[in-house]
Amino acid sequence: MLSYQLASTVRLGIKSLMLHKLRSALTMLGIIFGVCSVIAMLAIGEGASFEAQEAIKKLGSNNILLRSVKPPEEGRSQGGGGGSRGSQLKYGLTYLDGARLQSTIPGVLRVLPMRIIRENVRFARSEFPCQVIGTLPAYSDVAGAALVRGRFLCYMDEQHKDNVCVITTGLAQRLFPTEDPLDHSIKIDTFYYRVVGIVQERSQPEQRSQSGKMEGQPLDNNVYIPLATSRTRFGEVLIRRSAGSFEAEEVQLHQITVQMRDTDAVETADPQIKSLLDHFHEQNDYEVIVPLQLLRQAEQTKRIFNIVLGSIAAISLLVGGIGIMNIMLANVTERTREIGVRRALGAKRRDITRQFLVETVVLSVGGGIIGVVVGVITPFIVSQLSDMKTIVTFWSVLLAFGISGAVGIVFGLYPARSAARLDPIDALRHE
Amino acid sequence: MTDDSAIIHIEGVEKRYALGGEADVLALRGVHLKVSPGTYIAIMGPSGSGKSTMLNILGCLDRPSAGSYWLGGEDVARMPDDQLSEARGLKIGFIFQSYNLIAQLTVIENIQVPLLYQGRDVRQFHQRCVDLAKLVGLGERLGHRPNQLSGGQQQRVAIARSLVNDPLMILADEPTGNLDSRTGAEVLDLIDRLNAGGKTIVLVTHDERVAARAHRVVHMKDGLIDREVVNRPPPTPQCLATNSPAPSVSASRA
Repeated sequence: MLSYQLASTVRLGIKSLMLHKLRSALTMLGIIFGVCSVIAMLAIGEGASFEAQEAIKKLGSNNILLRSVKPPEEGRSQGGGGGSRGSQLKYGLTYLDGARLQSTIPGVLRVLPMRIIRENVRFARSEFPCQVIGTLPAYSDVAGAALVRGRFLCYMDEQHKDNVCVITTGLAQRLFPTEDPLDHSIKIDTFYYRVVGIVQERSQPEQRSQSGKMEGQPLDNNVYIPLATSRTRFGEVLIRRSAGSFEAEEVQLHQITVQMRDTDAVETADPQIKSLLDHFHEQNDYEVIVPLQLLRQAEQTKRIFNIVLGSIAAISLLVGGIGIMNIMLANVTERTREIGVRRALGAKRRDITRQFLVETVVLSVGGGIIGVVVGVITPFIVSQLSDMKTIVTFWSVLLAFGISGAVGIVFGLYPARSAARLDPIDALRHE
Repeated sequence: MTDDSAIIHIEGVEKRYALGGEADVLALRGVHLKVSPGTYIAIMGPSGSGKSTMLNILGCLDRPSAGSYWLGGEDVARMPDDQLSEARGLKIGFIFQSYNLIAQLTVIENIQVPLLYQGRDVRQFHQRCVDLAKLVGLGERLGHRPNQLSGGQQQRVAIARSLVNDPLMILADEPTGNLDSRTGAEVLDLIDRLNAGGKTIVLVTHDERVAARAHRVVHMKDGLIDREVVNRPPPTPQCLATNSPAPSVSASRA
C-alpha cells in the first residue's frame, strides 16, 4: 500500500518534471557533472597513486636500498685526484660497507651487493643495450625474481667465477625470438656467457636511479651474472668514452639491498645505517632509499590528493544542489494553484511535502545515475587517450551516488516545505 | 446542541481578519445556517458580503474565529490541519469556477486524485472512476489532457472528481462563471441530477438564474445572512428514503 503510493508519487513526479523537459534536463546536468567529476577525479587520483605504490612495493617493503651516487661536483676534486680530462673518480659503496652492515645492524636478514654495468648484449646478429647485473644467488629471494626456466645463479658459479648468466623474459624474447635460450651463449663485451635460466622480473631496482639515462629503453633487459664474475671480467674501474675525452670511475658496488627481518626493523635500521655509512664515507656518494617510507609518503600524498579532488567535486555537487533548489522554488511558485487544488481535494501538508521532495529526489537521483554511468566511462576514456591509469573504486561510486541523493533531500526540503506551508485559500486564488 | 440530521450546522460563526493594529476586519458576524441532507442551497451576495469567507469555512479551507460548525455531525471548527484536510477530502466535493484540473494528468487520473490522498488504492476504484466519467458524459475521453477539452468538458471532469470519494456535499463556487450559457446550463443540469439523486449541493453564485434552481437561496450582506428565499421545499428525510439513490454515484465498488 505504502509502496504503491510512493510509486504513484514517483510517477507523478516524473510526469511533472517531463512537463518541462529542458528545464529538468539542465537542472539534472548540475548533478550529472558533480557525480561524474567525483567518480572520475577519485578514479584518476586512485590510479595515479596505485601506480606509484606498486612501483614502491616492488622494491620490497622490508628492504632498504643503498645506491652509489656520483658525488656532487665540488666534492669531486678531493675524491679522485684531479678533475681534468682522463681523471679517475672513485666513489660509491664498497664490499666492506656490505660486510659492516651485515655485522653491525640488528635485524638484518641479508645484505645483497650488486654491480650494475651497462653493456651491449649480443647473440647471433641481434644486439641490445642491457644492464649487466653482478649479484649473489640470494638476489632472486630478496628482489623477488620468479624463475621461469632453468635455474638461478648458485654458489658454485660464484666460487668458480663462471661465465654463466640468467636473463629476463623480455630480453629472452628479443634475443631468441625463435630458439630456446637455455645453454646458448650470449656475448657481453668480449666474453661469452652461457644462459642457465630465465627469470620473470618483478622488481626493477635500477629503474629509479638510472631512469634518466635509460630513456626509451625497455626496462626488463637485464642479464644477471655472478658477482665475482662481474668483478673479474669488468674490473672495478669503468671507463666511459665520450667525444674525445674519457672518464674513468672506480665503483665497487652500485647498489646494496639490505633485507630486514620485518618492517619494524626497517624503521630502526634506517638511521643506524645512515650513521654507520656516514662514518666511512667522507663524500656524499650514496643514497638510502627506504621503500616503506616512500610508500607512506605516497599514501599521504594520495590522501591529500583525494581530499583536494573530492572537495572540488563536492563543490560542483553543491552547485548542482543549489541549482535544483532554485528550480524547485520556481516550480513551487509556478504550481501554487495546483498545490491549492490538491489541498482542497484532501492533500495534507505532508502529502505536498512528499510530492515536491520526491520530484527533487527524482531529479537528483536521476542525475546521479546518469552521472555514475558517465563517471565510470570518463576514466576509461581518459586512460585510453593518455597513459594515465585510472581505478574506479566501488566506494567512490557509492559516495557520489549517496551524495547526490542527499543533495536532493537537503536542497529539496526547503522548497517542499514552503510549498506545504502555503495557505490553501491563497494558493487557490493564485493566478 | 447539534442536530444530527443536518449536513451543515453553523452556529454563530464569526471570521475576523487581523490587518495589524486595531483595524480588524470582521468578515462574518455570527452566521447561523442549517442545511438538511439532499438540499440544494445557493448562496448569493455582492462582493464584500462575506460570501467567499463563508465558502472557505463551509469548505473547511478556513476555520472560524468564533462559533461552531458541524459537518455531517462532526465538529470541524477547531480541527487541526491534517484532520481538516481529511475532512475536505472525504466529506466535500469541490467544483471551482476555473475547473482547476491538474494539467499534467489525464481525465481519469484527475478523477482519481482525491482517492490518492485518502490512501486508497486507485486500482481498486478504477471502475468507479470510469463510471463517474461516463456519468458526466466523458467515458470516451479518459486519456485526454485538460488542455484537449472544452471548458464545459473540463467542468464535468471536475464534477466527476468531486464525486469520487462519495462526499456529504458538493461545494460549487460559481461553477458556470467561465462557461457560456448553453454549456453552463448543461453543467447545472448535471448538478440538478446529482441533487435529484440525493446529494447535498451548496452553490455560490451571483447569477439569479443559477440560484433559481436551488431549493433555498441565501442572500448575504455585511457578514450576515440578510434574507433567505425558499424556491421549493427541500426534501424531507422520509422523502429521501423513498427516492432511489443516484445510479452509479454511490453504488459501484468493484
